[in-house]
Parts: sequence; structure tokens; C-alpha cells
Amino acid sequence: MLETALIDWSRAQFALTACYHWVFVPLTLGLAIVMAVMETLYVIKKDEFWKSTAKFWMKIFGINFAVGIATGLILEFEFGTNFSNYSWFVGDIFGAPLAIEGIIAFFIEATFVAVMFFGWDKVGKKFHLASTWLTGIGAAISAIWILVANSWMQHPVGMEFNPDTVRNEMVDFWAVALNPVAVSKFFHSWFSGWMTGSVFVIGVSCWYLLKKRQTRFALASIRVAAIVGIVGTFAVMFSGDSSGVHAAKYQPMKLAAAEGLEDGGPRSPFSIVPGIEVPGMLSILATHDIDGYVPGINDLLYGYVDSEGVEHLSAEAKIYKGKTALKAFRAYRKLKDTNPVAAAKVKEVLEENVEYFGYGYIDDPEELVPNVPLIYWSFRVMVGFGSFLLLLMMVILFFEYKGKIKDMKWLQWLAILAIPMVYLAGQAGWIVAEAGRQPWAIEGLLPVKAAVSSLSVGAVKTTFFLFVAIFTVFLAIEVRIMLKAIAKGPEIVDNE
Amino acid sequence: MITYEFLQNYWWMLISLLGGLLVFLLFVQGGNSMIFLAGKTEEERQLIVNSTGRKWEFTFTTLVTFGGAFYASFPLFYSTSFSGAYYVWMLILVTFVLQAVSYEFQNKAGNLLGKNTFRAFLTLNGCLGPLLIGTAVGTFFTGSGFTVNKEAAGNSLQPVISQWVSGFHGLEAVANPFNVEFGLMVMFLTMCLGALYLINNIDDDKLNSSLRGRLGFVFLCFLVCLIFVLVHLVTMPGFAVDSTGHVFIEKAKYLHNFLQMPVVLALFLVGAVLLVCGVVLTLLRKGFRRGIWFSAPGTVMVVMALFMVAGYNGTSYYPSTADLQSSLTLANSCSSEFTLRTMSIVSLIIPFVLAYIVYAWRKMDLKSLTRKELAETDHKY
Repeated sequence: MLETALIDWSRAQFALTACYHWVFVPLTLGLAIVMAVMETLYVIKKDEFWKSTAKFWMKIFGINFAVGIATGLILEFEFGTNFSNYSWFVGDIFGAPLAIEGIIAFFIEATFVAVMFFGWDKVGKKFHLASTWLTGIGAAISAIWILVANSWMQHPVGMEFNPDTVRNEMVDFWAVALNPVAVSKFFHSWFSGWMTGSVFVIGVSCWYLLKKRQTRFALASIRVAAIVGIVGTFAVMFSGDSSGVHAAKYQPMKLAAAEGLEDGGPRSPFSIVPGIEVPGMLSILATHDIDGYVPGINDLLYGYVDSEGVEHLSAEAKIYKGKTALKAFRAYRKLKDTNPVAAAKVKEVLEENVEYFGYGYIDDPEELVPNVPLIYWSFRVMVGFGSFLLLLMMVILFFEYKGKIKDMKWLQWLAILAIPMVYLAGQAGWIVAEAGRQPWAIEGLLPVKAAVSSLSVGAVKTTFFLFVAIFTVFLAIEVRIMLKAIAKGPEIVDNE
Repeated sequence: MITYEFLQNYWWMLISLLGGLLVFLLFVQGGNSMIFLAGKTEEERQLIVNSTGRKWEFTFTTLVTFGGAFYASFPLFYSTSFSGAYYVWMLILVTFVLQAVSYEFQNKAGNLLGKNTFRAFLTLNGCLGPLLIGTAVGTFFTGSGFTVNKEAAGNSLQPVISQWVSGFHGLEAVANPFNVEFGLMVMFLTMCLGALYLINNIDDDKLNSSLRGRLGFVFLCFLVCLIFVLVHLVTMPGFAVDSTGHVFIEKAKYLHNFLQMPVVLALFLVGAVLLVCGVVLTLLRKGFRRGIWFSAPGTVMVVMALFMVAGYNGTSYYPSTADLQSSLTLANSCSSEFTLRTMSIVSLIIPFVLAYIVYAWRKMDLKSLTRKELAETDHKY
């Protein structure tokens, strides 16, 4: 029997790598847009000021870029090292987007980031500008494919279980690539990167205003970043709305946990914080209908009949069907070479219950409930900080246009304090997405405990603590180098 | 007619090509191993770091793509080898991660650990990365102790399909001399490529002459390892697989593979000649700086041929010494026909990717790196 500690440490290692990865990646995604806009302004206006402004943010981008790549490398390989069963069981589907990401996106990034950094005097202005945009586009394409892969874990589509090869096999590539969850997840994550980049640029620029240094640079950066950030935040809100609808449809337990909703039904309330609710709002958000049925945790565990009269199975019934599928699978494997007639019969039983195959690994219905307080509060941190940041960027843009921001110290301080908020919002979002899916590695298909590699707990603990040390040192160094670079400031060519 | 078997072979060819390109691009690692060996002054070391630093993303990206392509096309290898040889792959990853950040951090104010620590990381990755990758690839010929039992998926308590026998999780590979010879061969090869690349990319007489000195020594080491590897390879028993998928030991299997696949043998020989020519011409002709133009394609060809010998002609490319019938073959470890077919369409984009890389690389490298450029540029490592 696999040790619980092994499952926990394997999860912890992946979560650690993913959390650190998402510290560095959103800044890459967001800064790429901000500096590309700035360089475009340089090419259009032929003003050296914009070139030096873009160059400063490129310098910050460079400090951050490599750590994101490094943590991404480990994430990709951890599917093999720590989740080997997963890699075989769904590798036929899951490997494809990762390979496409490498072939299409990474090479664009790798090629043009070098031109962006080192090509100022080697290539023409337009080629350089194209390279800067392509660096950002490459990062976005990379995000598309990795989120196609991740969304497939949230809502597996386009595959069939093959008992002969003992794995799920892809039967519809476009269903995987255009998974509705993937579309909203990509926009939600990519635009949240715009938010991060923008809030970061605004915060750093406000520090220059506080110090009364580089005023023109700071104001210009604030204007560009605030516009990018507001556009990005609205896009995050719209894609977040469809993410909510998808969660209600495909991952109702995640939604119930995010709302702390024990008993659901039509006209379900939205919880702002414990004790304060908006009646009917959850039904509107989740189904776009005030009478829409939103099941609670108990409904999902014990079964329910929704508003349209459709009966939904209890967890126990699903587990029973899952165990039946596993039993039929074992029988099929025994009989397939010796007794084809009997094998065909048990295969029918397997096919009838294969939808619940993953539930066969579940022993207790309670396992199906994720960590409710963690998901509930993470959701509130994400939405709360996200809404506040939108308001803040709108206020900042307003006062920048009015020419008053230079003298508003409280607003400048608030902008600086907003930097950790945008990171917390991003981390919280991923906690909702990933911890909310537990106990599943792939929703309804494969629980984490059946996905891990057979390793000793000691081996995983060793690498876990090694990564804790390495990533933490990297983060500390990156922050220190960034602070030094910011303190030194840009070398601005100001013709005004 | 594009059959399932054709697709399996096509994808092994792509894996071989990516493997070849990866080993060629490990010139970045080889170049970094020269930071303290050939760079005597701070300026010379900075020239080396800035020369390889403009190419490291390609190596990194190729490594990631190599992993992704293996995952998509042969997922059973991905799950068995990475989880089994856990410590080896983790060590490889750690050295590459250290390398990735070291370029940006090494010369920046506030980097906490100091310039030389980060350069030591670059050198560590420069030597250990290729050595470990080579040692791991050596097991493609000698085998590893693992079992694959697909029935396990039906066991809700112990559902793991791939199990590694040794608690050393891959480190036991060093007990086999062939694996170590293979690792050393790859390491010295990348050092040769690194020196050749730097000679081509940096216009500096002093550093050039220092690099040529080191090139002679590492080339000699490479040749010794290559001879050991080749002698072992053509005499050792190999892991053959018949048309029913049954795996058995065959004497001199890899020699037979070379002889029964003359195209692969020709690829290997032409590649080896080109590789050697690149180095020898550089060593013999003082002003000759284009050795990498010969050795790079030579390396790709040699590595491709070795991968083909490991996987084609009825051979198990990832054999198991613990249970022969658990050995991985192209047929039993690959993705479904649908996935291979879909990914084959995606692979048609590769020539376009190569084309824009060559275009951008050429634009950036029209002029060699000099001390003057390094002194004048505002973005350097």
C-alpha cells in the first residue's frame, strides 16, 4: 500500500514548484506587454526617452525571466519523476500539449529574447520591435498550451479508456485544444499576468515619485501600466465569470468548497465573508439564473435531484460503480488472452462503469471533500485583492491624467503596498484551482493517490528540501538584485 | 501508407534528431566548463560567459522540448525512467536550474553569493550536466533495474505500474563502466564543441590561443572515451525484440544493428569524420575558426545514429535488467496511433522553427564578440 506520507510529500513538492513558478511567470507575462508597448511608442514617436524607458523595464524583465524558466523546467519533469502513474495513465493526451508548447512557444521565446536583449545595435529598429513583441507572444503561446494541459486536468475531454493499453487515449485533439475550460483559463491567467506586470510597474514608479526621482519616466510608466492593467483586470473579471460557470458545471465540489456551501439548491446565496451573504447571487454567478441549482457539499456527497429533475448520484454510489469498473478491468486483463467471450462480457461491465473508474481508488466519501477553509479564504483573497487593485489602478490613472499624482503621497504608498497584494491574489487563485480539485489529479478520473510514483518518502523529502533551499535563495537574490537595480534607476534620455 | 509502426519509427527518428541537436547545443555547457580552464583574466572569463550566455536559452529549450516530445510519443519511458532514475534526473535538473539563473545573477550588484560562485555553478553544470545525461543515455544500451506491470492499475491499494528495483534510484548506473565511459565521452565531446564555438564566436587572439590549447587535451580525452565506448558497444550483448514483442539477449546486437542498417552506419561514419575534421583542422591551422561548422553537424549525425542503433532493428531502447519482458520497445511504450498521427502533423512545423532560429542567430552573430563590444554594450552578463 502506498504511504500517505509519500502522497503528501509528492503533492507538496509539486505545489512548492508551482507556487514559486507562479511568482516569476506573471511578471514575465505582464512586463512583456508593458515594455513592448513602450518600445512601440519609441518606434512611432522616434523619442529616445521611450527607448530608455523600455530598456529599464527590460532589465527588470531579464532579472526575473530566467528563474521562471528554471522552475518551469522542474515542473515539466516532475510529472515523470513524482507522478509516473499519471504520466502513463494519461500521457497519451497530456504529453501532446507539453510537446507543442516546446516546439512552438519556447523556441520563439528563446530566439527573440536574445535579440531583444543583445540586438539593439545588431538589427534594425523594426526587427528589434518585432522581437520584443515576439518574446511576449512566445510567452503567451507557452501559457496557452500549458493551460490546455492544466484545463484537461480540471475537465478531461476528448479521450477514451483503453483496457488493453491500460491508459486513456486521445480520440479528439480539437476537443482537448479547445476545451472551454482551457479558453477561459488561458485568458484568466494571461490577463492576471498583465495585472501583475502593471501593478509592479506602477508600484516601482510610485517609489520614484516618492523619492522625487525620474519623474517623467515614472509618470509615463504609470500611464502605460495603468491602461494595460485596467484592460487586463476587466479581462480577468470576464474570464473569471466563465471560470465560475465552468466550475459549477464540471467541478461542483470545488465551487461548493470555495463558497463553503454545505447545502445548496436554487437561489443559493453568495458568501462575502462568514455571516454576510447576498441571497441568490451564487446561483446567478454560477448558472446565470437566479433559480439555477447549485449543489452544496452534502448534496454532492449524498446525492440530489436538480431543478430540472435530473438525479445526481451520491458519492457512495459513484465509489461502488468505480469499484465495479476496477473489478471488471482486473477480470478483463485475466481473461482477454484465454477466454475472449468472457472477456467481452466483463468489458461491457467496464464500459458501463468506466466513467467512475477513478472512484474505484476512493475508500471513503469524505476523501472527496477538499480543504474547505483553504479554498474558501483563498477565493476571497483572490477576488478581494483583484477588485481593490482594479479600483486602485483606475484612481491612479485618473489622478495621473489630472496631473495630481506627483503630490499624492498616500496614493503612492498604496501603490507600493499593492505589489505584494497582486502576488497574493495570483497565488490564491492557483490554490483555488489546484487544491480545489483535490483529491483528484484529473477531475473524476484519477485521484492523486493513484497518480504518484513509487518512491521512498525519504527520496521525495530530500528533493523537496533541496528545492525549498534553492528556490528561496533564488527568490531572495532576485528581490535583492531588483531592489538594487531599481535604486540605481534608469538611465533616461530625456529630450523634454 | 502511414502505419502505426511507421509513426513509431518516425517519432524515434525525431527523438534521435532532438537528442542530436541537444548534444550539439550542449556546447553552451562545454563552453562554460572553459570559464576557469581557458579564461585567465576577468575580461576573458566575461567574454566566455557573454558568448555562451547569448545561446543558453536554445539548449534549455531543446532540453525541455526533448522531454516534452518523449512524453508525447513514448510516455512509458517518461513515467518509468524519470520516476525510477529519480536521483539522476533530479541532479541533472538542479544543475540546469543553477545554470539558468547564474548568467543573469553572476555579474549583478546584490547577488549575495558573489560572482565566482555563480561562475562555479556554470562550470558545475558545464561538466556535470553532460556527464550525467551521457551516463543516463548509456543505460539505453546496458539496461536498468525496473519492472512494468500494467495489471497493477487494477489494484486500488498499490496501483503504480512502473517500479524501480534499486533504492539508489539511478545512481547505480555508475557501477557499470560502459555508462561512465559514455558519460565521460559526452562530457569531453561537449567541451570540444564549447571550445570550437568560442573560437568561432569570440574574436580575441589571446583567448583563442588558450582555447586551442585546451581543445587539444579534451579532444584526446574524447577520443580515448570514444574508442572505449565503440569497442564495448560492438562487442557487448544487446536487448533484441522479436515480432511478437518478446525481448531476448542477442550477442553483439549493436554491431549487428550497424551492419544491418547501412544508412545508420554511414550516418555515424560521416558524422564521426566531420566531427573529427572540425577539431583537427582547428588544431592544425592557426587562423582556422570554422571548426564548429564541421563538428556541429557531425555531432548531430553521430548522436542520431547512436539513438537509432538503440531503438531500431528490433531493439529494446530502454531495457530492463530486472525483468527482460518489462523492457521498453518502440511498440510497447509509445502513444496511441491517433496521438502519434496528430503530433506528426505538428512536427511539420519544425523546419519553420529551425529556419527562423537560423535567421535570427545569423543576424546576431554576423560579427564576432570582442572586448570592445563588451566594454561598450549596456546589456551584458
